[in-house]
Amino acid sequence: MPDHRDEVGVASEAANKVANERAPVIEPGHTFATVTDKISSIVLTRPTSNGWIVGFGAAFLVTMMLLYALGYLFLRGVGIWGINIPIGWGFAIVNFVWWIGIGHAGTLISAILLLLRQSWRNSINRFAEAMTLFAVACAGIFPGVHTGRPWLDYWMFPYPNTMNYWPQFRSPLMWDVFAVSTYFTVSLLFWFIGLIPDLATLRDRSENKFARISYGLLAMGWRGSARHWARYETAYLLLAGLATPLVLSVHTVVSFDFAVGIVPGWHTTIFPPYFVAGAIYSGFAMVLMLAIPIRKIYGLEDFITDRHLQNSAKVMLATGWIVAYGYGVEAFMGWYGGNRYDQTLLWNRLHGPYAFLYSMLLVCNIFIPQLLWVRKMRTNPVWLFLISFVILIGMWLERFVIIVLSLSRDFLTSSWGMYYPTRWDWMTFIGTIGMFLTAMFLFVRILPMISIFEIRQLLPEAEVKPE
Amino acid sequence: MRTLPIYGTMAEFASAQDLVVAARRTHEAGYRKIDAYSPFPVEELADAIGFHKNNVALVTLIGAIIGGLSGYLMQYWIAVISYPVNVGGRPYHSWPAFIIVTFEMTILFGAIFAVFGMLALNGLPMPYHPVFNVPRFVLASKDRFFLIVFASDPKYDVVDTRQFLQGLEPRSISEVPS
Repeated sequence: MPDHRDEVGVASEAANKVANERAPVIEPGHTFATVTDKISSIVLTRPTSNGWIVGFGAAFLVTMMLLYALGYLFLRGVGIWGINIPIGWGFAIVNFVWWIGIGHAGTLISAILLLLRQSWRNSINRFAEAMTLFAVACAGIFPGVHTGRPWLDYWMFPYPNTMNYWPQFRSPLMWDVFAVSTYFTVSLLFWFIGLIPDLATLRDRSENKFARISYGLLAMGWRGSARHWARYETAYLLLAGLATPLVLSVHTVVSFDFAVGIVPGWHTTIFPPYFVAGAIYSGFAMVLMLAIPIRKIYGLEDFITDRHLQNSAKVMLATGWIVAYGYGVEAFMGWYGGNRYDQTLLWNRLHGPYAFLYSMLLVCNIFIPQLLWVRKMRTNPVWLFLISFVILIGMWLERFVIIVLSLSRDFLTSSWGMYYPTRWDWMTFIGTIGMFLTAMFLFVRILPMISIFEIRQLLPEAEVKPE
Repeated sequence: MRTLPIYGTMAEFASAQDLVVAARRTHEAGYRKIDAYSPFPVEELADAIGFHKNNVALVTLIGAIIGGLSGYLMQYWIAVISYPVNVGGRPYHSWPAFIIVTFEMTILFGAIFAVFGMLALNGLPMPYHPVFNVPRFVLASKDRFFLIVFASDPKYDVVDTRQFLQGLEPRSISEVPS
């Protein structure tokens, strides 16, 4: 486990030199006890507020709408959606790529920033990981139902069967099955092992018998032994090392679904890096959209400080430029490659029937986020929230443009067509947002949303001086 | 294990620093069956109680190798032996297409082995443990640090060990019933 305390020490010295240049990772004055009380009391003693009940209820109703839309889909088939020839991949795949991209920020924060010894990650990794898990769960619905026949999904798994067939492992769609299911499993393990010591804290502190038994079962008898911690730290670090290439591979594999195809607009080598950058871009936007209201409502400004907001904004700025570079290369290759189909695609993006969405996408993903260069924007929660919202819309539009616009006009003029989503498409999409929020509401109510033991590590009193 | 009326003697400390110093002294005094408890990982502590190597990395490596090999061999067996599909005379053993699933299986098995290997080596889940009998031990998951000398240690003696621990200036001291 990297030693976070050194870095905090360096940061505080630097802060002394350049008077309050950077906000601290934790506000001063906290001890092990105050940190523990503050975070665990949100779950254990804080009464369930009316705001929570209303928010949860609303999100739950939207989730019911999702189930209704899916139920009707299973009854009637994909004809209720707007898809048809030539656009066979509509909202389902757009939403799949969008949701799975959002998940990437959680793994980036928990794994990559851990390996890079970025101690500020300790206060946002827990709920960012939860966000990953719920976003991947939402994403997973779409490939499962997009054929309208979810009862045949098990055909994707290689197992000996009486039909005497095996999956085709040369297909990117099979790679996707393995990448996404591995990603979900590893994210769940990572999140759960991070929770074990905090579950033990909740077990020891809850007054109520039911809570004590539930947390106790989940904590599995964790007692904080030095031997256990040593193995725990090794396992945690190894998981971070495994999750880092994994997260980079997931959106790469998702981009192969397109890049391996021959459709103009899909068949490009820039896709893997630019998909990964876009994923982290939208993921950090979602992290901010969750962190800003949560820290306000639960009074967690001491742990999620302006430093976290600023750093997240900087990550968005950097990945936003990688995405912008991707758009630039796509356009340049379309023009310079001399392929008439690619040139037609470029013309279509700029002047075709979906040109409005393409320009919206440029505005949302490239122009508006440049506001983040301004320090005042990076420290102002309201502006950050709004910019993050714009980025999430922009990234959704990007996926729409890549999938729908490319399919709408391919090689033969006679097979051109348009795609119009139906109300069922919208209900399914909005329904998954409801499901995501329902899960988040439950998460902040029953589990510690900030990693308590990792915050303890950041405190100056955790320091052990060499003898 | 021998059944003893007493499981060990436990001393409580107020800071990680005190615990590390006390653990080192206890180890130097010749006690070997000892353990220390802290509310967050303290890097120096495992060394101080004489626990230098753990096998989690080895278990993870074994898992990753099993995952990678089985991923590749499964695809080879399916594509070449069990269910060969001739696509315009292209080779059955098209290994570049098999790399991704091999990679994902390596990560998946490595991660599963890391987590469950860690839990198994730690002997978890274990909902009951004698140390939980000490009332103040609930603070081990909050802000207090504990050191225990197990009764199974050859050097252990209820009176002497208590006296020795007393010399380390703990906040409190208690016998752990087994």
